[in-house]
Amino acid sequence: MRSEPRVELMHGVPSILPLRLEAVSFAVRGKPLLTDIGLEVTSGQRIMVLGPNGAGKSLTLRLCHGLLQPTKGRVTWLGAGANTPRRRHAMVFQRPVMLRRSALANITHALALQGIGRAQRKEQALAALRHFGLEALADRPARVLSGGEQQRLAMARAWALRPEVLFLDEPCAALDPGATHAIEEMIQAFHRAGVTIVMTTHNMGQARRLADEVIFLHHGRLLEQTPAAEFFEQPRSEAADAFMKGELLW
Amino acid sequence: MGQENAFLAAWRLIVELDPALVEIVILSLRVSLTAVLLASLLGLPIGAALAIYRFRGRGAAIVIFNAMMGLPPVVAGLVVYLLLSRSGPFGGLGLLFTPTAMIIAQTVLILPIVVSLTRQVIEDLWQEYEEQLRSLGSSTARAIPTLLRDARFSLITSVLAGFGRASAEVGAVLIVGGNIAGYTRTMTTAIALETARGDLALALGLGILLILLTLLLNTLAYGTGRFAQRTTG
Ligand SMILES: Nc1ncnc2c1ncn2[C@@H]1O[C@H](COP(=O)(O)OP(=O)(O)OP(=O)(O)O)[C@@H](O)[C@H]1O
Ligand SMILES: [Mg+2]
Repeated sequence: MRSEPRVELMHGVPSILPLRLEAVSFAVRGKPLLTDIGLEVTSGQRIMVLGPNGAGKSLTLRLCHGLLQPTKGRVTWLGAGANTPRRRHAMVFQRPVMLRRSALANITHALALQGIGRAQRKEQALAALRHFGLEALADRPARVLSGGEQQRLAMARAWALRPEVLFLDEPCAALDPGATHAIEEMIQAFHRAGVTIVMTTHNMGQARRLADEVIFLHHGRLLEQTPAAEFFEQPRSEAADAFMKGELLW
Repeated sequence: MGQENAFLAAWRLIVELDPALVEIVILSLRVSLTAVLLASLLGLPIGAALAIYRFRGRGAAIVIFNAMMGLPPVVAGLVVYLLLSRSGPFGGLGLLFTPTAMIIAQTVLILPIVVSLTRQVIEDLWQEYEEQLRSLGSSTARAIPTLLRDARFSLITSVLAGFGRASAEVGAVLIVGGNIAGYTRTMTTAIALETARGDLALALGLGILLILLTLLLNTLAYGTGRFAQRTTG
């Protein structure tokens, strides 16, 4: 994997970061699922969002990415670049959804949705595949690729969009160790290119390998946002401590 | 004429490409295929929109389209007849008892089928795609062509169902077309007439052709679907 200079992704455009969540709550039919979440994401960080099943990790990522609107509170991108029309954050899901067309066409479709001209799309899509050594997949129908290949394709698709922030929701949950390693390498490539990473995982080894900072959620509440070294040494909250010792507790 | 002889005579008409028979077949195909084309051009986007937009009255619209799938052809014919008749709102166009009127009637007849089946297919696909497409920046309107394209092989079935209904119905084309020999006589109206008149050979010949054409079309569609499934997943 070539190391990519920061500028290629950033294009010298002003940043959309920091991202701030202020007293964000999310409820469905009156049932509170997230309560009073406050956090701030600053540039260049790799943030792991941890917590037990049902803690609200996926909901938090969806709120940040704009797929959900908070029922209370505000999600704001504070950077000077936040007002540009193009969405400059991307998301990779646990199970990527691929369209019934070739791998390459899946990327060019995503670029078309960003309003990128026909001439430039193919070039940019191929560059993304090549960046991760996936050019052999270009003409294969995306839906018949293996789960691991599809997830790598989803990462390449996100790369092609040149995001400033990448959200990942358990990107390796369905993958074997080899494929997990490949995805981690790709995440690091984003990081080296200056992309801010916000990710959930249940793989603590992975969290330790990747995290600069940890956000711990429990029962829809944010219990702490702590530098990774400190969190893995000794979490501040009791619940996180119990969680890390494998003693949690719903 | 005995029925066995009628069968032989029917084969002869088909094998010798009897001009009267050929003319009827061509008109039938022209009318039904045009109606299918029009109903698809309207029905695919309408069905897709109905699948993914949330608006007041959506439930009612879905129920109405579903119910209209069972609309009796004679009723569709009657409605179009009233619209096109001399005293009707479009009487001035002079379309009644022309192939155009038949195309309109069949389009009305099969539009609900195309809309309803498309809605079903697209709704399922939207379930799967919505979050990903929104994440990639797709608006709801922009998702429609993407969804239609990705569902294309399933949608063949809804279009085929429309064609099946159009090519099989008698009532609508009979009322608005008038079954005029050499002008608005289709396979089904001819079968009805010739059977009544006792010309079983022609009726049977047309019946056989109708079945063969339907089989052929469905074979092609099935083959395409299978091929697509294997290659695009
Ligand atoms: N649309 C919804 N309607 C009702 N409840 C929901 C909805 N989406 C999520 N929930 C609930 O909100 C809670 C948090 O869900 P979320 O998916 O964010 O958990 P998570 O932390 O990602 O868990 P996991 O580790 O299992 O992925 C869960 O209890 C879930 O059942
Ligand atoms: Mg989750």
